[in-house]
Amino acid sequence: MAQVDKFQYDNDIVRKFLIASVVFGIIGMIVGLWVALQLIWPDLNFGIPFTTFGRIRPLHTNAVIFAFVGNGIFMGVYYSLPRLLKTPMWSKALSNFHFWGWQAIILAAAVTLPLGITSAHEYAELEWPIDLAIAVVWIAFGLNMFMTILKRREQHLYVAIWFYIATWVTVTMLHVGNNIEVPVSLWKSYPVAAGVQDALIQWWYGHNAVAFFLTTPYLGLMYYFMPKAANRPVYSYRLSIIHFWALIFIYIWAGPHHLLYTSLPDWAQSLGTVFSVMLIAPSWGGMLNGLLTLRGAWDRVRQDPVLKFLVVAITAYGMATFEGPMLSVKSVNAISHYTDWTIGHVHVGALGWNGFLTFGIMYWLIPRMYRTKLYSTQLANTHFWIGTLGILFYAIPMYWSGWTQALMWKQFTPDGYLKYANFLETVTQLRWFYIARALGGLMFLSGVFIMAYNLIKTARAGSFLAHEDAEAPPLAAHVTHKGEYWHKWIERRPVPFLLVSLVAVVIGGIIEIFPMALIKSNVPKIESVAPYTPLELEGRDIYIREGCMGCHSQMVRPFRSETERYGEYSKSGEYIYDRPFLWGSKRTGPDLHREGRGNKNSKSDAWHYNHMVVPQTMSPGSIMPAYPWLAKNELNTSRTADKIKVLKMLGTPYPQGYEQIAVQDLQKQAAQIAESMRKDGVQDDKLEQREIVALVAYLQRLGTDIIPKARAESK
Amino acid sequence: MKAIFLLIILSLILAAGFLAAFFWAVRSGQYDDDYTPSVRILFDDDTTGKSSVTNEKQ
Repeated sequence: MAQVDKFQYDNDIVRKFLIASVVFGIIGMIVGLWVALQLIWPDLNFGIPFTTFGRIRPLHTNAVIFAFVGNGIFMGVYYSLPRLLKTPMWSKALSNFHFWGWQAIILAAAVTLPLGITSAHEYAELEWPIDLAIAVVWIAFGLNMFMTILKRREQHLYVAIWFYIATWVTVTMLHVGNNIEVPVSLWKSYPVAAGVQDALIQWWYGHNAVAFFLTTPYLGLMYYFMPKAANRPVYSYRLSIIHFWALIFIYIWAGPHHLLYTSLPDWAQSLGTVFSVMLIAPSWGGMLNGLLTLRGAWDRVRQDPVLKFLVVAITAYGMATFEGPMLSVKSVNAISHYTDWTIGHVHVGALGWNGFLTFGIMYWLIPRMYRTKLYSTQLANTHFWIGTLGILFYAIPMYWSGWTQALMWKQFTPDGYLKYANFLETVTQLRWFYIARALGGLMFLSGVFIMAYNLIKTARAGSFLAHEDAEAPPLAAHVTHKGEYWHKWIERRPVPFLLVSLVAVVIGGIIEIFPMALIKSNVPKIESVAPYTPLELEGRDIYIREGCMGCHSQMVRPFRSETERYGEYSKSGEYIYDRPFLWGSKRTGPDLHREGRGNKNSKSDAWHYNHMVVPQTMSPGSIMPAYPWLAKNELNTSRTADKIKVLKMLGTPYPQGYEQIAVQDLQKQAAQIAESMRKDGVQDDKLEQREIVALVAYLQRLGTDIIPKARAESK
Repeated sequence: MKAIFLLIILSLILAAGFLAAFFWAVRSGQYDDDYTPSVRILFDDDTTGKSSVTNEKQ
């Protein structure tokens, strides 16, 4: 070897992301535990709007996904990428910008979500200014990564890097695709797509957030850290290549499985099911490849806590990716959807796969970067066992609870009536499952505290190697000018070049033509469906602010058990003015799509008032939190005109110039509802100015557009 | 359902991009050797890392 380049790896940035991951992991899990406890004791919100379930449940999900796992991804990428490419990260400044930018976004989320600033799209709740910030930071990360790849000293791109690339590319597209929205103000926007279309885009994003944020980057990490920790090559490098390409080509199509039996057209549902079932092959390819890496070394799993964590992580991945395709089969989904089964499923993935892989990597990294041994193997083993039991204590009650509730929803008496006609019965039944689940979460969380202590002790005993010296020969001459190389290849092959450009052109053409051609062939139109009144619109935005969709769906599926309980099943044409859609994904409370005035379960305005102020007065035993502030807050109508203007621009057919008289209309309708409430005994002089009136107006409107006029008036 | 067509198009663009990347990988010899890379990652930084440790101690 004639010449060797000397350079240094930056461990400091790895440590920063590691610390952030542990800190935000602990915070996110504490919020998770808190949310879980609120399902047992709703009063644990302490009567404060900012700490109520609907607002802090997204705080929990965002914190664990984007702060705990997100920082975990970057920790692993910033450690493994330079070492795989034998070059330092391209720009230290960008690395640090990425780190501080990401933490700033997390803090912005931690402030805005409790304030009720949300787009209502699950796992994409953050409002548009934060969306833009995410895009900037994400691009900085991508630039840094791709420039590092271009500057590499190792010609071959190890499979982990392919996973990182796929992650970056796809997340970029998903983030942009799901956040096409028009701002009303600094902290409020409406999505361009409405109803079914918005739902489809959201779950195309939502599913792929799981696929390309929680799965592909972690598979990349698995392919680096598993062989490193076991000190043996991956079982089959060939398999890793095959399963990588298969996985990324299939994953993107699976989104509609979140919308089975909804108003989404059947063919789109089937498309999602087919691809979801196919996913088991590449997923298990990855799982087997990871586990079989330990062939002949299983004895070491007994001694090495790092390997223990990795093995359970990969096993959990295998279980979750077996369960996923199964849940995508329509007849299974008919049982699982809207129940705790889904919650159990995601937590096997989140706690097992993401959590344990992150912990394993941390136990491996800290001693290495601090050039010392782990402080206590015994504590790490304790963490392992308490964490593993925590996962079981979490998942098993959730599966059990999901089955219990689904079967109760569907149970008929021999006479053909719903056996549990009162939804609340199917909720109170779950109390002990919720207690067991909270215990499981607490165990998992205690394990993380043990780990934090162990890692701090380890760090104290060692000395941190911020810049690790390395050396490698430069890349051989024939590949140094990379830019030319790719072109040369394509230049020498006119046929593939032609095909590629043809595909590009066709796609470009389709993009321009389709929206024009398809605007009319939309959703089957229902003539009687009308836009929301300004008061209902404001009420709807309060519903979004309070996160009601976290517990209430708005989608009656076409099952007899549901039409008996709620009324006519939901039609896609009913949602065409819903920006954003609010179908929800979990029924902790009953579905609300047929809650409106004139439906079979409808209630009086005063009932809703009393129920919102103290739910237990109207539904004894309910675990819904009280919303007394809605009866005190004055409705803010300063943005109503702007909202109407934006919605009109997006195609909601409000009359010309309606924004100017919108507030007048709003006050008129508020006065009517206030009067009806007063008649039923609600006492409040300023009732017509309260937020609760707007919310009740919205609830009374839900699912009423398709009721024949005569029947609606007779009620 | 114009949204699904938009999504299909976006997904196809993505797939086409990955397909191009796959062709690049195959053509540029990324996958000519499907054994050595798995072993090579085990040997990279550990030795140099240790040498820097010993350097500092000297």
